[in-house]
Amino acid sequence: MNYIPNIVFALVLLCGILFFSRNVKKLYRNIKLGKDVDVSDNEPLRWRNMVNIALGQSKMVVRPIAGLLHIVVYVGFIIINIEVLEIVIDGLFGTHRVFAFLGSAYNILIASFEILALLVIVSVILFWVRRNIIRLQRFVKPEMKGWPKNDGNLILYIELVLMVLFLTMNAADYQLQLLDAEGYTKAGSFPVSGYFSMLFNGASASSLILVERTAWWLHIVGILFFLNYLYYSKHLHILLAFPNTYYGKVTPQGKFKNLESVTKEVKLMMDPSADPFAAPAEDAPPPEKFGASDVQDLNWVQLLNAYSCTECGRCTSECPANLTGKKLSPRKIMMDTRDRLEEVGKNLDVNKGNFIDDGKQLLGDYISHEELWACTSCNACVEACPISIDPLSIIMDMRQYLVMEQSAAPSDLNNMMGNIENNGAPWPFNQMDRLNWAKEE
Amino acid sequence: MGNELKVPTMAELFASGQQPEVLFWVGCAGSFDDRAKKITKAFIKILNKANVSFAVLGTEESCSGDPAKRAGNEFLFQMQAVTNIEVMNAYEVKKIVTTCPHCFNTLKNEYPELGGDYQVVHHTQFINQLLEDGKISLNGGSYKGKKITYHDPCYLGRANNVYEAPRDLIKKLDAELVEMKNCRSKGLCCGAGGAQMFKEPEKGEQDINVKRTEEAIEVKPDIVAAGCPFCNTMMTDGVKAKEKESSIAVLDIAELIANAEDL
Ligand code: SF4
Ligand code: SF4
Repeated sequence: MNYIPNIVFALVLLCGILFFSRNVKKLYRNIKLGKDVDVSDNEPLRWRNMVNIALGQSKMVVRPIAGLLHIVVYVGFIIINIEVLEIVIDGLFGTHRVFAFLGSAYNILIASFEILALLVIVSVILFWVRRNIIRLQRFVKPEMKGWPKNDGNLILYIELVLMVLFLTMNAADYQLQLLDAEGYTKAGSFPVSGYFSMLFNGASASSLILVERTAWWLHIVGILFFLNYLYYSKHLHILLAFPNTYYGKVTPQGKFKNLESVTKEVKLMMDPSADPFAAPAEDAPPPEKFGASDVQDLNWVQLLNAYSCTECGRCTSECPANLTGKKLSPRKIMMDTRDRLEEVGKNLDVNKGNFIDDGKQLLGDYISHEELWACTSCNACVEACPISIDPLSIIMDMRQYLVMEQSAAPSDLNNMMGNIENNGAPWPFNQMDRLNWAKEE
Repeated sequence: MGNELKVPTMAELFASGQQPEVLFWVGCAGSFDDRAKKITKAFIKILNKANVSFAVLGTEESCSGDPAKRAGNEFLFQMQAVTNIEVMNAYEVKKIVTTCPHCFNTLKNEYPELGGDYQVVHHTQFINQLLEDGKISLNGGSYKGKKITYHDPCYLGRANNVYEAPRDLIKKLDAELVEMKNCRSKGLCCGAGGAQMFKEPEKGEQDINVKRTEEAIEVKPDIVAAGCPFCNTMMTDGVKAKEKESSIAVLDIAELIANAEDL
């Protein structure tokens, strides 16, 4: 017996898996560059969110057309991947359609794979049309030029090719079964590929085998390629959407976290027994930096958010600032964060795990002041995101850095804050006049 | 005499050994902004009419700190919060009602961790409760046939999921409630939040309040109802920018109710 195909297959599979785990490690390391944050609360709610939002796609269907198409592709991919299991076993052990013993259940399985494959093809084509022919607003914003645009299309092409290969493989297989070819177990029902297997009418068994084998190999190699493409792509969301919805915000959207380091200082200031001139203790840690100017200042959930973002632009298409032509785009905030995080990660890679200052940071080099100050903190982006990403929290952390570390607020805001400090109101009115309205006519 | 507002302060009541059931948190806009002061007074009329046991902090109230926090000045925010909490805890405040969604959000969500744990309600929720308890009644005849559209304040709606209380009130007014294409959780911001109220907008094609006003005008309302003093200002300016002030009024829900009852 000839074991070469089995060995080649095992090697290809091993390479694919090794490369993938290398990327997963990198991903994990990069996300962990973020600050720690306590997410041990509300466990039942978190699980529910994950089940509803990621598994159940509850937020996708807010937009019915995109939502429906997405569910088709999502369900299609998950279910068709059962087939991958069979392919792997067949590949490793030299069997053919190893699950065929399931009998009629197998027929149903293969038939549903085929129907789903067809639906996926249709959906993918419609997705492509929306991006490239209809050119929906949210897919042609400035941050979608270059790689993000190509990435979006490339994913669609890969999915299309994988589905076509799957159906071609089945079509040839079906013909071979009809020809009683050796090794081609009579199994499966082929409601879709059965149709265009007519194309193979009259083809010889040997050329059919060539087609079937080629499609089979390309299909599995394609899947391994796709798996490893994820790390470089917005398509990472197919994995990260799950943890991301689990770790997403579980408090009211309007609740912004209170900075603990500030609380300590404020308490000290308000404490009449504290000596304001006391020298800090010898072993006191250096004062914590307020807010965020680079990715390491964000917490790891925010960095996970960045890797999970699928660049769909639902956030941006509901952002009041973006809708009125301001530079701010919440999607770009997430994309910038990921790009910078990748840059920092590469820096670590080449410097053996040490970060060598590259003179760049997220603030300024990626995200401008103008973008940050345009936000109304309205939470429309947070509400719109189908996988619980919170671009607003990053904007707020960066504003904190600008104001508390750099005193770099727009002058109007400095006036406002000065007023609050001096009179307890954002306008220059005396606090003693606060009740005057009650006496006015 | 009938028109005189009764506005007891916490200090007064405390001095005479009384403890009101609820603190009315007026907020900076409600205290100082000419337009918002009218909302404050309308709500006071309702409180008076319903004989609610309430008080205000008056000169002891200070900015909740919301604009400072959203501008990034956590330090100033917490200073404000801690000061206010000290005052309120000294008066043993349990329940707060406010006409400002920004104060509502901050007091309700961000004060507890700093030592200020209160039951906080928005005035639209409070008025609904008054109606339910039979403390006030509504005939609503004066709005018959009027079209009212309701603009969701971000800090009441999305931020805290209060969508129905204000709508319930409008429906009780016998008016026709018409929804804008972006409403409830998809409601478009008026442009004031996140401390934008206090600065010039960034460069762009349009002002946010004008865009939101256009959405309101699309449904041809007689009245744009709001539940936030800042939204009110923004929408009023938007209506002016669109030269519609003769046909569209921008009113707070408290004003709608106070007018209906001819208070
Ligand atoms: S919170 Fe800021 S970034 Fe998000 S939609 Fe509103 S204005 Fe845009
Ligand atoms: S943040 Fe969410 S809504 Fe915005 S582009 Fe990313 S995935 Fe889409």
